[in-house]
Amino acid sequence: MADNNNLIVYCEYDEGHVADVSLELLTKGRVLADRLGVTLEALVIGDKLDGIENQIFPYGADVVYKVEDPRLFPYTSNPHSAIVINLFRQIKPQICLMGATCIGRDLGPRVSSCLHSGLTADCTALEIGDHKDPKSGKEYTDLLYQIRPAFGGNIVATIVNPDCRPQMATVREGVMKKEIYNPEHKGEVINLKASDYVSDTDFVVEIIDRHIERSKVNIKNASIIVAGGYGVGSKENFQLLYDLADTLGAEVGASRAAVDAGYIEHERQIGQTGVTVRPKLYIACGISGQIQHIAGMQESSIIISINNDENAPINTIADYVITGDMEEIVPKLIKYYKKNSK
Amino acid sequence: MSLNIIVLAKQVPDTRNVGKDAMKEDGTINRAALPAIFNPEDLNALEQALRLKETHPGSKVTMLTMGLPRAAEVVREAIYRGADAGIVLTDRALGGADTLATSYSLAQAVKKFGNYDIILGGRQAIDGDTAQVGPQIAEKLGIPQVTYAEEIVDLKDGKVTVRRRLEHGVETVVAPLPCVVTVNGSAAECRPRNAKRVMKYKYAASTSEVKNLSEVAAARVAAYPELNIPEWSAAYVDADPEQIGLAGSPTKVKAIENVVFTAKESRCLENNDQQIEELIKELIVNHTIG
Repeated sequence: MADNNNLIVYCEYDEGHVADVSLELLTKGRVLADRLGVTLEALVIGDKLDGIENQIFPYGADVVYKVEDPRLFPYTSNPHSAIVINLFRQIKPQICLMGATCIGRDLGPRVSSCLHSGLTADCTALEIGDHKDPKSGKEYTDLLYQIRPAFGGNIVATIVNPDCRPQMATVREGVMKKEIYNPEHKGEVINLKASDYVSDTDFVVEIIDRHIERSKVNIKNASIIVAGGYGVGSKENFQLLYDLADTLGAEVGASRAAVDAGYIEHERQIGQTGVTVRPKLYIACGISGQIQHIAGMQESSIIISINNDENAPINTIADYVITGDMEEIVPKLIKYYKKNSK
Repeated sequence: MSLNIIVLAKQVPDTRNVGKDAMKEDGTINRAALPAIFNPEDLNALEQALRLKETHPGSKVTMLTMGLPRAAEVVREAIYRGADAGIVLTDRALGGADTLATSYSLAQAVKKFGNYDIILGGRQAIDGDTAQVGPQIAEKLGIPQVTYAEEIVDLKDGKVTVRRRLEHGVETVVAPLPCVVTVNGSAAECRPRNAKRVMKYKYAASTSEVKNLSEVAAARVAAYPELNIPEWSAAYVDADPEQIGLAGSPTKVKAIENVVFTAKESRCLENNDQQIEELIKELIVNHTIG
């Protein structure tokens, strides 16, 4: 039986701007909603939400629910989950998408637990398709395929929630593409009264201090990335990569193995459990190419792999493979760039 | 004020060494075929618990884990490092659970345990990386949650102050007890094993491990109650069979695929100056760099 209920995206915002990850999910949500023939809705919970819908409509939302109260910003778990839970009981969405952020990964599980609906974290692809239960033989049409790497990225699993609604999924920032649907697109704004959805007793956790540290690292938007893996060998050797990055005007990234080994900080991690990037040039140094890493950089325009091991898996997706010692090759790249650039 | 602290830990397959037989036909994990380790962030959580025990004399740290009977290994490890006791929630009926069925089962075990002030656990486990079980347990118990914790700054007057590490900054929150706190890998590392505790507890054994012990060893465990690691079944924690294991899991694995990426035609260069200079020139000419 077809499900005519809607698809809703929980939108995060900060300092008056809707988060990129939410706009990316609206972009994807629009495609999925069209495929299902349903309405795309957005939910924003917070304070000072004047005009926030104008940032959301161009991405294709047909309805924007707004819940405003000074106590709803910054985010805390209980009040936001109470609102989402009570609203979902009322409007019964078939699909709910959230960012796999500190907020989405705190809120999603609480909501799914209360509604007894399945939640899949960190999806890398979302599709609509049919499903037949292998045991009961029961057939389902138009389910949300929640596709995610599992097991440290060694396999990719397609997860479905056949019987429970909403089908919930989180997606990391940068995994989906953000694209304006129609700059003129307009929809309906529905202002909900906060006190109808959340009670005073939900405000149990108090934020006593909050420092925003804008990350100095901006690998997501870098056009050139020099990335190092476990094969770089040490924290000291990473300095070579910083030197090359400085020379080329690039950012430094890393694989999970390099981060786990303590060579470099987590915010530079590229891959399934880090950031997804699409630079015009990706220079991979000493990265073997675990699936979980490749998933986060395979759409780079040009990939250069520098590795001692000529059979490193990453070499199969590289445009250029330089076999040899990264400690020798990186200084040569610097030297010849300086010589040949104006 | 002495505290009753529960630490949730998971024995996880070491995802760095995954072989072909890692998955069963039904798409669930064949845990028996993999080397098992203490989930790293659960060790960070244990450290926070042991620090609370130090600042609140008389407190008791109990490790709760759900898994195969061999998960008693992580309980022993926690006891070697300073935990007072541990429980293994283990039952065939719990197998194949997704995060929701897992959190229901663990929440039932916590209810059975009874009196607790705070529950600590790692932010997420390395086999699934979902970070869902902590918040879901909090919801099932009807208590608040504090995720992404980096340090428990203070605990007094029925409230805990926690510093959280978020994507774009740091937040300090005060939450009422009891609550669930999930701890980040960026928190303090767990202390190592204590040699005296290793000596004292090396014969600690779970109910199913005792069956495989020699008579002498089994008699020793029987003689010292602190060497018993209890195993709790689904029935013992009053779990509804409909809400546990595969049956209690709303998410189903539809398909599992090995990942294959489209191979490109690569140009192979040697590590010599001429070829590297040519590459650089080419990248400059086509405006990739420079």
